Formats: sequence, structure tokens, C-alpha cells
Amino acid sequence: MAHFTKATSVHDWLNQRLGIDTVRRVMATEYWIPKNINFLWAMGMVLAITFALLLVSGIFLLMYYQPNIATAFDSVNYTIMNEVEFGWLWRHIHGVAASVVFLIIYIHMFTGIYYGSYKKGREMIWISGMLLFVTFSAEAFSGYMLPWGQMSYWAGMVITNLFAGGSLHADGLVEWIRGDYVPAQAFLTRFFMLHVLLLPLAILGLIGLHFGALRIPHVNNQDGEEIDFEVEAAKYKAGDKAGSKVIAFVNDFLSKDMMVVAIYLIFFFYLVFYHFNFAMDPVNFDPADGLKTPAHIYPEWYFLWSYEILRPFSTDVGLIAFAFAQVIFVLLPFLDRSPNAVPASRRGLFQVWFWLMLVDMIVLTAMGKLPPEGVFSTIGLYAALTFIALWIALPIITMFEKKA
Amino acid sequence: MKNSSRRGFMGKAFGAVAGVGAVAALYAMKKTWDPLPSVKAAGFTTLDMSAYKENELVTEKWRGKPIFVLKYTPEMMSQLTEKQKGRTISVGGSDYMVTLGLCTHLGCIPSYNADEKGFLCACHGGTYDFTGDVTKLPPPRGLDIPPFKIEGNTLVLGEVGPEYSQMKETGITL
Ligand code: HEM
Ligand code: FES
Repeated sequence: MAHFTKATSVHDWLNQRLGIDTVRRVMATEYWIPKNINFLWAMGMVLAITFALLLVSGIFLLMYYQPNIATAFDSVNYTIMNEVEFGWLWRHIHGVAASVVFLIIYIHMFTGIYYGSYKKGREMIWISGMLLFVTFSAEAFSGYMLPWGQMSYWAGMVITNLFAGGSLHADGLVEWIRGDYVPAQAFLTRFFMLHVLLLPLAILGLIGLHFGALRIPHVNNQDGEEIDFEVEAAKYKAGDKAGSKVIAFVNDFLSKDMMVVAIYLIFFFYLVFYHFNFAMDPVNFDPADGLKTPAHIYPEWYFLWSYEILRPFSTDVGLIAFAFAQVIFVLLPFLDRSPNAVPASRRGLFQVWFWLMLVDMIVLTAMGKLPPEGVFSTIGLYAALTFIALWIALPIITMFEKKA
Repeated sequence: MKNSSRRGFMGKAFGAVAGVGAVAALYAMKKTWDPLPSVKAAGFTTLDMSAYKENELVTEKWRGKPIFVLKYTPEMMSQLTEKQKGRTISVGGSDYMVTLGLCTHLGCIPSYNADEKGFLCACHGGTYDFTGDVTKLPPPRGLDIPPFKIEGNTLVLGEVGPEYSQMKETGITL
């Protein structure tokens, strides 16, 4: 039995039972962050805050939303939007956050790629991050089903059909996923379950893993410098804060992080109040109709690049290309054969690779939005081929990279 | 030594019980996701084929899915190639296209252009001729034909008649 003494304060009472001083030291005041980083390192915190916004707004939507194919559409578009006081606020926060979260995820990912923050012990950070990306994609897709509008229905139809695997004709699998021959009540209720319980739980677990994976390697820095955290931390603790290369997570770094978060939130609420329309597809304001496809079916902007990789090919080749695009980023730490964990600007051909990849994904996104005709089809096809070629080239160009 | 082998045995015994339990639980979960019997016992749809007008696409419904019915004009009937004839259903002296109204690529509903006598799928730009045969990628094959049986002037969807069996054997539909 541990030894307990009469507590001298509430703090001491808790500390004896929960060890709160130790927790605070390990998680906050002695968790070291390099000084040499920029605002791009605040994106993780921005993501955590955006997830909190989704969670809170989602809880309020959940109080009036009805997962029934007869009432879902009105429960969102009439009850929540017109009857519930401030119902529009939760819906706009939820919709805008679901869209913006992907913009931040992409910035966060490309920051990692640019600075080589996925190698030398940081592989698990990258892999858990990609798992978060996949789960967030599933979360956004399942949420998109819920208002049961035309885009919900037809996106549900097209995406579940992907699981037939083209010529494999696994129609049984598709029907199993839907619980019906077409998206109907069973489909809506199970995607509702995924959206509000199972996937959010998985996301919370993965966020824990992501943070845990950061603990031992620490975050990277702008120059890819290998910092001896123990030596630098000792300097800091001895009072040489100016000479040390690191600062404490709390309060030093968090105050900087929160500065970026504050600027982000101003931009975010500007969108929520004045420019929410980009996150609300007008086609989805028509109720679902299984006998009428909308003239153009396109996914939300954040899925367009992978959709465009599917589109120019025949079904089977398209599916293989699409599957490739979905998983290939996970393998980045292993496909990059160079040991250099320094910014792309110091990595020769890799720098070219980085910018080509970024531009190619923007081109794919733009072409995915345009109708698949004429010159757009052609540009889309070449952009899709470029995407695949870049990944094949990666191991080769990084193998011959000089030590930086 | 004796102790550790006893612990080893307990570990294995627990593993075996847990393994059986896990498999049983997965089986139950899989079955819970299956379509319900009420969904599977989907009805049959009977179409009165004499009611359709020439070169006018009508969308019927069967098992929640759209069904395209198109009656050919005499001109369309005279143009048919051998392959197109194979996809055609004759009832009461007239020829019809009867297919699932879902693109064989990823399941959007193509739209019919009566002047050009063809279908366009807006989702990824696939096209079909008026018999439902594919004329432009990405769809991998023509529109699928639902199981049908000819009974006098009517067509029963969901039942398998000899004409349908033959289409399946010759690979005209899946
Ligand atoms: C765990 C927290 C969450 C809860 C409780 C929740 C709950 C809900 C509910 C009840 C709806 C239906 C109402 C509506 O359509 O506005 C909804 C919609 C939606 N959710 Fe969530 N959600 C959560 C997290 C997320 C996350 C993390 C994302 C995406 C990254 C997301 C994306 C969406 C989308 C795209 C819609 C459709 C929005 C619309 O059409 O207005 N949700 N959510
Ligand atoms: S669903 Fe028709 S072309 Fe893709």
C-alpha cells in the first residue's frame, strides 16, 4: 500500500492520488519543442481544434437529426435550419469544418513531405497520420449520406459500387455493405452509426496514437537538424533558455501555437457566417430520388484528385489506379530511399518531385470538377499518368540522391 | 518450471476459448449486416408491353432499381445488327429494349436522347446505343438485362424465362 499523508491543499490531495504533477511534467512542461520551426508546425493543433468543433457542432445536430429515409431530409433542411434556434449555426460550423479540415490536412501532409518528417524514427507518425486521413475520409463520406439529398444518394450509390471490384462483380459484397439492393433505410441507419459512433471513436484512438508516436522522435525542424533533446533540455532547465535549441511545450510553445489557432478561427468563423455556401452543395438540397441521377456527379473538392485518377480509364484499370492512389502515400517512408531528412530545397531532384506532385494534385482536383469531355478528359488522363509515374520515379531518384 | 508450464497451459486454453468466441462474434456481426429477409423477398414487377410508345424511354422500377423500357420504331428495328438483335426482346410483334437503368460503370442513371437514339451517362461520359450496348468507355459492357419472362403481352421481371436464359448463356447479359 502506498503511503498517503494528510493533504495540505486540493492540489496535494489530487497529486497524492493521481500524480498530476508528474502528468503535467511529462505531457507539458518537459515535452520539448525545437525553436527552429515555423507556423506550418501549428497545423496539427489547428486540426485538433477543428475536430473539437466538429464534435461539438455534431452533438447539437444529433439532437434533431432523424436517421430515417422518410424524415432525414426535412429534419436537416427544415427542422434544424428553420425551426431550431441557432440550428443553422451548428450546421454551418459542421459543414465548413468538414471541408476546411481537409485543406488543413493536405497542408499538414505536404509540410511533412517537404521537410522529410516521415523518416528516421518518424515513420509511425506518418503512418498514423495517413490512417487518420483514411478514417476522416470515411467520416466525411458517411456524414455526407445523412441529409439524404440527391448527392447523398448518388454518391452513396457510386462509392459503394466501387466495392464490386469491376470485373470481379462482387455484387453480393456491395449488397452486404448496403443491406439492400440499392441505398435505402438499412444503408442510411448503418452509415449513421458509423458517422456518429464508430468512426469518431476510431479517430479519437488514432489521434492518441499520432501524439504518442511523436513523443520519442519529437517534431522535426526547419533545417532537418538532429537535435540532442537531452542535452538541450538540460541547458533549458539550467536556466540557459537563450542558448538552448528547445523550448517547453507549455507554456512557451503553446502560446505561439494558439496565436496561429486564433488567426485560423477568425478565418474559419468568417466562412461560417459569410461564405458557408462552398460547403453546401446545391444539388443536395433536392431530396434523394433513386430514379433520377443529377446531371453531374462529383464528390466534395477534397476527393476530386483521387476521383480524377479513376475517371479516364476503363473500369478495371480505373479501380486499380484509384486503389493505388488511396494507399500509396502510406508507403512514402519506404519508397523514399534517401536517408536525408532535410528540407526538399536541399535535396536536388526530390525538390522537383515535390513541386510536380503538388501541382499535379491541384491539376487533378481542377479536372475532377470539370465535365469529363474533350480537352479536360485529355488533361485529366495525363495528370493521372503523371501521378503514377511520379511514384514509380521516387525510389529511383532518391536512391541516387547525394548525402545532404 | 512447473508453475510456468501451468501458466502456459492456461494461456493456451484462454487463447482457444477467446478464439472460438471471436470467430462466433464475427459471424454474428457479418450476419447482422446482411440484407433483411423482407428486403430479399423483393417482389416481381409486371409490365404491360402494349402500353409503350415508340422511341420514348420509360423508366419503371424493380427492386428499388430503375428499369429502362424503350419500344423501337420500325426504322430502328430494320437497322439492328446481329449483336443488337441479341439484346432485343420481342413481345407481341414489337421489339423492345428492357434493361437496368444503371450504368455498368458505377451505377449512375444514363439519359436517353431520342433524336440521336442513344444514351449518355453524365457521371464519367460513357455512352450506349439504343439497344443499350456500350459505345464509349468507361462502362465495361452494355446495360444489364434483368431476369424476365414473357407472358402474352406482358413481361414479368424477376422471373427467369427461356429468352432470358438464352441471353445469359450467350453472354449478352450478366
Ligand atoms: C464525432 C463527431 C461528429 C458528430 C456527432 C457528427 C454528427 C453529424 C450529424 C448528426 C450530421 C447530420 C446533419 C447535417 O447533415 O448537417 C452530420 C453531417 C455531416 N458530417 Fe458530421 N459529425 C461528427 C464529425 C464529423 C467529422 C470529423 C466530419 C468530417 C471530416 C464530418 C462530416 C460531416 C459532413 C460532410 C456532413 C454533411 C453535412 C451537411 O450536409 O450539411 N462529421 N454529422
Ligand atoms: S457511372 Fe456511368 S460512366 Fe461512370
